[in-house]
Amino acid sequence: MNNAKNEKMHEPFVRMVKRDGMSRKKAWLIRGLSIVFALLFCSVVTILLTGQNPIKIYSTMISGAIGTPRRVWLLLQTIAMLLCISLAVTPAFKMRFWNIGAEGQVLIGGLATAACMILIGDKVPAPLLYLFMFLAAIAAGALWALIPALCKAKWGTNETLFTLMMNYVAMQLIRFFIVKWEVPKGSGTIGIINQDSQTGWFPAIGGNLYLLNIIIVFLLCIIMYVYLTYSKQGYEISVVGESENTARYVGINVKKVIIRTMILSGAVCGIAGLLLVGGTNHTIATTTADGRGFTAIMVSWLAKFNPIVMIFTSFLLVFLERGSGEIATVFRLNQAFADIISGIILFFIIGSEFFINYKLIFRHSHKEVK
Amino acid sequence: METFAIELKGVTKTFGSLVANNNVDLSVKKGEILAILGENGSGKTTLMNMISGIYYPDEGHIFINGEEVVIRTPKDAFSHGIGMIHQHFKLVDVFNTVENIVLGLNSGKKYDLSEAKKNIVDISEKYGFVIDPDKKIYEMSVSEKQTVEIVKVLYRGADILILDEPTAVLTPQETEKLFAVLRRMREDGKSIIIITHKMHEVLSISDRVAVLRKGEHIATVETAEASEASLTELMVGKKVKLNIERTEPLNTCVRLSVENISCKNREGITLLDDVSFNVMAGEIFGIAGISGSGQRELLEAIAGLQHIENGSINYLNPKTGETSDLRDHTPIEIREMGVRLSFVPEDRLGMGLVGNMSITDNMMLRSYRRGKSAFIDRKKPHDLADKIISELEVATPDAETPVRRLSGGNVQKVLVGREISSSPALLMAAYPVRGLDINSSYMIYNLLNKQKENGVAVIFVGEDLDVLVELCDRIMVISSGHVSGIVDARSTNKEELGLLMTKAKEQEGSVNE
Amino acid sequence: MLATFIQRAVIQGIPLLFGSTGEIITEKSGNLNLGIPGIMYVGGISGVIGSFLYEQHMGIGTPLNPFLAIAIPMICSLVGSALMGLIYCFLTVTLRANQNVTGLALTTFGVGFGNFFGGSLAKLANSETASIALVRTSKFFSSPIPITKEVSWFTRIFLSYGFLAYLAVIIAILTAVFFKRTRAGLYLRAVGENPATADAAGINVNAYKYVATCVGSAVAGLGGLYYVMDYISGVWSNDGFGDRGWLAIALVIFAVWKPDLSILGSILFGGLYILYLNIPGLSRSSQELFKMLPYLVTILVLIITSARKKRESQPPASLGLSYFREER
Repeated sequence: MNNAKNEKMHEPFVRMVKRDGMSRKKAWLIRGLSIVFALLFCSVVTILLTGQNPIKIYSTMISGAIGTPRRVWLLLQTIAMLLCISLAVTPAFKMRFWNIGAEGQVLIGGLATAACMILIGDKVPAPLLYLFMFLAAIAAGALWALIPALCKAKWGTNETLFTLMMNYVAMQLIRFFIVKWEVPKGSGTIGIINQDSQTGWFPAIGGNLYLLNIIIVFLLCIIMYVYLTYSKQGYEISVVGESENTARYVGINVKKVIIRTMILSGAVCGIAGLLLVGGTNHTIATTTADGRGFTAIMVSWLAKFNPIVMIFTSFLLVFLERGSGEIATVFRLNQAFADIISGIILFFIIGSEFFINYKLIFRHSHKEVK
Repeated sequence: METFAIELKGVTKTFGSLVANNNVDLSVKKGEILAILGENGSGKTTLMNMISGIYYPDEGHIFINGEEVVIRTPKDAFSHGIGMIHQHFKLVDVFNTVENIVLGLNSGKKYDLSEAKKNIVDISEKYGFVIDPDKKIYEMSVSEKQTVEIVKVLYRGADILILDEPTAVLTPQETEKLFAVLRRMREDGKSIIIITHKMHEVLSISDRVAVLRKGEHIATVETAEASEASLTELMVGKKVKLNIERTEPLNTCVRLSVENISCKNREGITLLDDVSFNVMAGEIFGIAGISGSGQRELLEAIAGLQHIENGSINYLNPKTGETSDLRDHTPIEIREMGVRLSFVPEDRLGMGLVGNMSITDNMMLRSYRRGKSAFIDRKKPHDLADKIISELEVATPDAETPVRRLSGGNVQKVLVGREISSSPALLMAAYPVRGLDINSSYMIYNLLNKQKENGVAVIFVGEDLDVLVELCDRIMVISSGHVSGIVDARSTNKEELGLLMTKAKEQEGSVNE
Repeated sequence: MLATFIQRAVIQGIPLLFGSTGEIITEKSGNLNLGIPGIMYVGGISGVIGSFLYEQHMGIGTPLNPFLAIAIPMICSLVGSALMGLIYCFLTVTLRANQNVTGLALTTFGVGFGNFFGGSLAKLANSETASIALVRTSKFFSSPIPITKEVSWFTRIFLSYGFLAYLAVIIAILTAVFFKRTRAGLYLRAVGENPATADAAGINVNAYKYVATCVGSAVAGLGGLYYVMDYISGVWSNDGFGDRGWLAIALVIFAVWKPDLSILGSILFGGLYILYLNIPGLSRSSQELFKMLPYLVTILVLIITSARKKRESQPPASLGLSYFREER
């Protein structure tokens, strides 16, 4: 019986075992719970910093995000832009290609758009100008993504680091053109492009400047969902992402799929740049993408690369950002408060994935814990 | 009573419902080389892993020099002077020999690589190793890496060395060198356990042979009193009647003709050596052999996944009567040539299927390109999934369940079902019943038989000799990448197959003393 | 003039050197920590918080104790950034979360944390001062080591910096020695290269990952501290640190994961960063193109090393992957 004792000593107190699978419902329940815990934690932090009661804090948050019609539109527009970039990075991630260069791809798409508006804005008729803006933005974004993809396919160059560096090359390129086109000279910005003629500006629908962008992104979301779920190319992306060996077995050309998908990813980033410059900002700066190229990675990952779910994850992040921004304003805290709240929520959701993928087995009892 | 260097008594290990080792007794003397012989899955490696601290036995006792010990981790094993050289080397590629050898060794002494280097050179000289202490692992050949592993174990002062199939990756010359070193270690009083499939090596190197079969210890015999025939008999055991139905092949004609194909791996080791054979329509053509003898490369070469150095793979199209050479074509090109080839690979979830995808989505893997539309048609795959689920009795909630969640037998039914559904003219199945329970296995046998009756040429790569003998019409045996015989399954027996499997190519006979 | 240029390049390079040394230590354990930019912010602001509270405590009139004025911010900075590393480890090592996502979230959090306290510290502490200006503390950090009073090209290049600059170089050298000459360094490299092998050899993989990442984060955080205390003389400005954190990650690639090379690399990067100021006749727009150089050079190094496939200049083989010992 010496042995039985040894056996127990061998088994550690708690073991982690990979789960075979968990029902989707249960998985989303866990994610939902993690958000609830995160919100509770955040409110504790906020209470400590402001001394206000939690109800006041939450109501401030909600009113900050959706308190007035203007705020609702702003919220929707911000969600749309974040969603657009998230849609762009998704095909690449589904393929397990870590494109963290969305920031740069968006910026370069925006730069191409601005270039069209500035350089040929008064030379070609409006429909043609829109076409040029569209094509230029797509081409620029795609090119920015294609370069690392080619190196990955050819030499196996680390795509995470490469795409990261491409972001800053794009930023410097923008700084360069800002000085070239700056208005007024010496200001370090290019101001509002074509302020008087409004050439190249997207038309307002029903007097609303943001509506067109929102509609375009919504359509894009549906298209991306259909593409990933129902198209042959989308299916190939899933197979390559899940198992390159299986892809080889059924005769999928993995390199071709990598390059094709990155072109797509970059092109959609280019569209995001187009919408930002042509649709809302009417100018270009290094802050045009506003870090959304990075936030989008989290949006996409949290939604498990499902474009429809991304509507909710991008809503969640933008809502929190705007809500905590309002808290900061009302209680006269720094605006960076929103980033802290987003960070904390992200930590909780990221951590919760563990409990979806693994189960803990405790010694003796063999009881499962979620 | 004699004290053994290491002695196991009544060791049992189970993984779930699978009994890997049942009540095994084993002993090794000081200054002895013990060979452990057994077919695939006979529990050799599991047993050795328990001695080296990778697994912990469910039951039983381990004695070292007569004293009972508890071995829970590789570190415990080291402290008892046990060192194992695994089949897959555990080395850091960008480190050199010395760095790899001192890795994890915390002797409490000062960290001094030049001192370590001196010791390594001393050990190498003592036993006759050829080793470059400053060479990086990634620059080394397989045999050099193996040398590093052995020196690592010796450097840690191991008195009991376990080598898991050390010769599988070596050329005959390298094997000869290794054996010379092992003999020198034996003279030095070390105890050595060597796992191998190759009969001539067993006879050449060992003092005694322990034979395992289906997890049980069958016998330990003195090598001097053993012969290839007597050991083979112990290894394969008595014939078991399985009662697999087998019909006579009808209307046979050549469907696939493989001529003189060879291929090498990156290290330049020959994997397939001048392999030639024909497969007839309407027969089940079995391929037997120790695992890793080139079966996978052979099937992958036919399927267009493995580059071959020379030779040809000719497929005779039953519809047109034309012959096409499949060599070095991609799987898609092969399909476009009108070749109706189905392939059930060995690695079901890693290659044949995508674990995270539903049964329906897995059905489309082969067929999704059909049609001009940019979109996939899920209706047909879904119907196919439903059909396979009901016909093959796949236990699953529905067709949208990810295959990863199915049990092994059901996964295999899904895979075989899909491959058969495209009505192939040539069906290749690698280890299709590995890990399956009895009922699922019989279902697979029946499916293969039905294909055969429909005039399909079936290639069946198997490991259980009883199954091969009862299911197949002809059996080809490959050993270290070359064909050591093609026999009629109705007239052969397990002993004959076992001998062919372990037979070395004639010119390699020099390994024997 | 060359001496002045080198001097300024070094000053620019020091935060990068801290950051890249920290990230090299981290990456050698197989953790690709993209949270470094955030961690450097936290390192900076934690030091600021410490010294702000100390200055507040002492009041305007009382002179600061030189030892405490240095030790308090240092310790706060080290602890703050090590805690960030701890969050990263808990999520990626214990909970096996995706390293990229975790790192980016950490950067969001860290930059927010820095800017938040940078902006509202004075208000939170109910102090009369509107913004943070730790000029008194900064003096202790930025004054050069008083070996000689004479001013020459030599003193300018080698002796004109605050003590943190020398510390950066010393840490980088010590780290290089650690990797090459110590047992723990060998084990750490093994963990990053092949955790399964390290595990089989009896090395505690998770412990190495935790320690390396936390120490690496602490070192990187000193880069933030140097920036606020020395480079900008204790006056915090939001987002002032800019993209230096990403540049530090670029430097890791440029130095092919060798801390000794990153000493030279950091001066080179610092030089490239300010090169535009020293090339006469450069238009403002072309200046911006020059600032692109560090990134372009990094990309070039990345492509060349991957194309040459020289094993010694590759990233640690398990970089970015979680390690999980499969139990059968």
